[in-house]
Amino acid sequence: MFLSYTNARARFALAAALMALPVSSALAHGFAGQRFFPATILTDDPFVADEMSLPQISVNPPGPDGARETDIEIDLAKRITPDIGVTIRDQWQRLQPTGLPAVTGLGALQTGAQYQLFINGPHEALGLLGLNVTWAHTGRVQALGAPDFTTLSPTFDFGKGLGDLPRSLPYLRPFAVTGNLGFDFPTKTESAGVPNPNNFNYGFAFEYSFPYLQCCVKDIGLREPFNRLIPLVEVAFTTPINRVSASQTVGRIQPGVIWAGQYFQIGAEAILPATRLSGHGYGGVVQFHIYLDDLFPRSIGKPISEWW
Amino acid sequence: MRRILTALVASAAVLGAAPSAWTHAFLDHASPAVGSSVPASPPVVTLWFTQDLEPAFSNVTVTNDAGQRVDLSNAQIPQGSPDELQIGLKPLTPGTYLVSWHVVSVDTHPTEGTFTFEIKP
Repeated sequence: MFLSYTNARARFALAAALMALPVSSALAHGFAGQRFFPATILTDDPFVADEMSLPQISVNPPGPDGARETDIEIDLAKRITPDIGVTIRDQWQRLQPTGLPAVTGLGALQTGAQYQLFINGPHEALGLLGLNVTWAHTGRVQALGAPDFTTLSPTFDFGKGLGDLPRSLPYLRPFAVTGNLGFDFPTKTESAGVPNPNNFNYGFAFEYSFPYLQCCVKDIGLREPFNRLIPLVEVAFTTPINRVSASQTVGRIQPGVIWAGQYFQIGAEAILPATRLSGHGYGGVVQFHIYLDDLFPRSIGKPISEWW
Repeated sequence: MRRILTALVASAAVLGAAPSAWTHAFLDHASPAVGSSVPASPPVVTLWFTQDLEPAFSNVTVTNDAGQRVDLSNAQIPQGSPDELQIGLKPLTPGTYLVSWHVVSVDTHPTEGTFTFEIKP
């Protein structure tokens, strides 16, 4: 990720980078005991899965220099074995700098490898180790600020439902949190004079599950579509840990709601910059997310190791 | 922002046309209702799911505060109601009871859950 403010080019690069925070869109959904975790939009999910986001459309808030970007993204997650998965993601971008013609093109290709570290049903807890790679020269480097260097990003993703709280606290039990902790290690220390720092990435999704309330705590009479809604707030930040000042943290806050259905889910969130350097105003994102394991439970929805 | 609103409207349209069942079998509702208080001991606990169940791999138990089984160990999926799971109960005294279920849907996805109901004194 670019984080520099020394010249116009650097600001342009920052604006582009802000549109693709490394703790970006999630790919997985899953279960831990009776807890259903939906796929979240901003933060990665702590699951390997067979799923696809097609599409995810983001209208981002204006960057610090006023540039505005619209993204159309496709994500695919596939299990190799029940505990090992891979991901691939790319996006088409339209960047409208202030006072300049709009530019369009592909962003950097991102891939990931994941290992399901644990799933604890009774405590509704899970953990996942991942290594994401953002590949050099796979997007429009000059026009859109896509990286000319590869970045390795090891991550630890986790989830925890509060269903194991005492039953005397019934209305807290539908709460859950998922989170990502990770680092970016760019393979070049600078690009065209702009430093490429190592970054610490951290993001969380705070969810209140109406499906959980209905099935496991108290049937309050919600019916469709409300019994499938999961209101949530996602936050994600990137803090440089070398080469530039740590005060140059950027981040986002995304309140919204997810509706989870039979074969797919739909999510919609507002996008709010979390720091002055993250931009201003607001944007929005919608995601149509398909559960391949539910659509094709006996074929491509299974882990590849179980195809034969 | 207009594009976002358009997308939201389109999403709502899709949502309205969505199928009514989950592929994973989730608990839709139960009798006695999840978290409810009832005035007398019910003869059975009935659970309705969002997906048809595999009888060989679906079960439910009911226990009291002490963890003792109070059901009749006769869990069954009634004929003609493949999304329903029932179990008979012994006569229950006032107290709180835990229903624990574990089912496999016809497309082989397993799910599980628990809830309580209370019999008023």
